[in-house]
Amino acid sequence: MRRPDQDRVTPSRRGLLAGAWASLPVLLAVAPFGLIFGTLATEAGFDLLQTMTFTTMVVAGASQLAALQLLSDGAPALLAVLTGAVVNLRMAMYSAAIAVHWQGLGMAWRIPAAFFLHDQAFALSIARYRARPDERVADRAGYFFGIGITTVTVWIACSWLGAEIGARIPPGWGLGFAAPVCFIAVVAPMIRGTANVVAALVSAVLAVVLAGLPGGTGLIVATAGGIAAGMATARHIARKLRVVLEAAE
Amino acid sequence: MTDTAIWTMIAGLAVATYLIRFSFIGLLAGRRLPAVVTEALSFVPVTVLPAIIAPMVLLGRDGHLVADPQRLAAAAAALGVGIATRRMLAAIITGMAAYILLGQTGL
Repeated sequence: MRRPDQDRVTPSRRGLLAGAWASLPVLLAVAPFGLIFGTLATEAGFDLLQTMTFTTMVVAGASQLAALQLLSDGAPALLAVLTGAVVNLRMAMYSAAIAVHWQGLGMAWRIPAAFFLHDQAFALSIARYRARPDERVADRAGYFFGIGITTVTVWIACSWLGAEIGARIPPGWGLGFAAPVCFIAVVAPMIRGTANVVAALVSAVLAVVLAGLPGGTGLIVATAGGIAAGMATARHIARKLRVVLEAAE
Repeated sequence: MTDTAIWTMIAGLAVATYLIRFSFIGLLAGRRLPAVVTEALSFVPVTVLPAIIAPMVLLGRDGHLVADPQRLAAAAAALGVGIATRRMLAAIITGMAAYILLGQTGL
C-alpha cells in the first residue's frame, strides 16, 4: 500500500491563483465574522496577544466564539476546549471527504493543509473537485491552498481590526447579542430538509431543558440527542420512501 | 477568567482543532470513515450550534425561561433571513440591526 509520506505531488501555482481568485466572494462572509470575534474577545477581557494567538492558531470562528462565551461565563478552560472541539467535529468529516481527492500529495503539504481546512476552503474545493474530476492533484491542492491562504490572511487581519475597534466601542451597542446572532447566521443556511430541522429543534429544546446540568454537560447531551433524532428521522423518511417506491412498482 | 485559563483554553482548542482537521488528511490517510459516523458528523453543525444558541436567546441570567422581546425578535430576524437568503452576512446584519433598533426604542 502506498503511504502518503512517500508521495511527492506539490501544489501548482496555477491552482493557487485560481483558488485565490475563487475565494474573493467568500471574503465577504469571513471579514465581518473576524471583526466580530476580535471585538468580542477584547470586550471579554482578552489582551491583543491573547486574541491574536487564539484566532491565528484555531481559525474556526464559531468554536472561538463558543469557547470565549463559556470562559467569560466562568466555565473552566477544559470545558471551553471540549465545547469548541465539539463545534469543530464537523471538520473530521471535511478531512475524510477532501483526503480522497489528494492522492499522492506529499506529507510536507498535508501538514500545513490541515491548518487551512475550514468551512469555506472545504466547500469551494469540494465543489471544484466534483465539477472537474479529471483535474491534476497538483492543481487541486493548489486551489485549496489559494483559498486557504487568502481567507486565513483576511481572517487574521479582520480579527486584529476587530480587537482594535473593540477597545473603542461604547457599551450599549448591542454587542452582547452579537455572538448568538453570528451562530444563527452560520447555522440557518445549513438547516435543509426535515431531518436537519428535527435535529436542530430537538437539540435546542434539550439544551434549554438541560441548561442547569453541571459543567456544560447539557450541551453535549443535547447535541447527541439532536444527532440521534436527526438520524432516526432520516431513516424513517428513507423507509417511507421505499414503501412508496415498492408500491409504485 | 485568569490568564492561565485563557492560555490553557487557547492551547487546548488549537491542538484539538488541528488534530481534528489533520485526522484523515494525515494521521489516518487512505482510510475512510464508516458511513454511520459520516452521517452522525453531518448532523453536528445543525445540532451543536442550536444547542449553544437556544439558551442564549431563551434563558435569563438566573437560568430561568424569559421572553425578552428584543432578543426573540433579533433571533427570529436573523434566522428568517438566514433560511430565506442562505447568506450569512445578510443574516448577521438583519439580526444585529433588529437588536440595536429594538434596544433604541426601549422595547
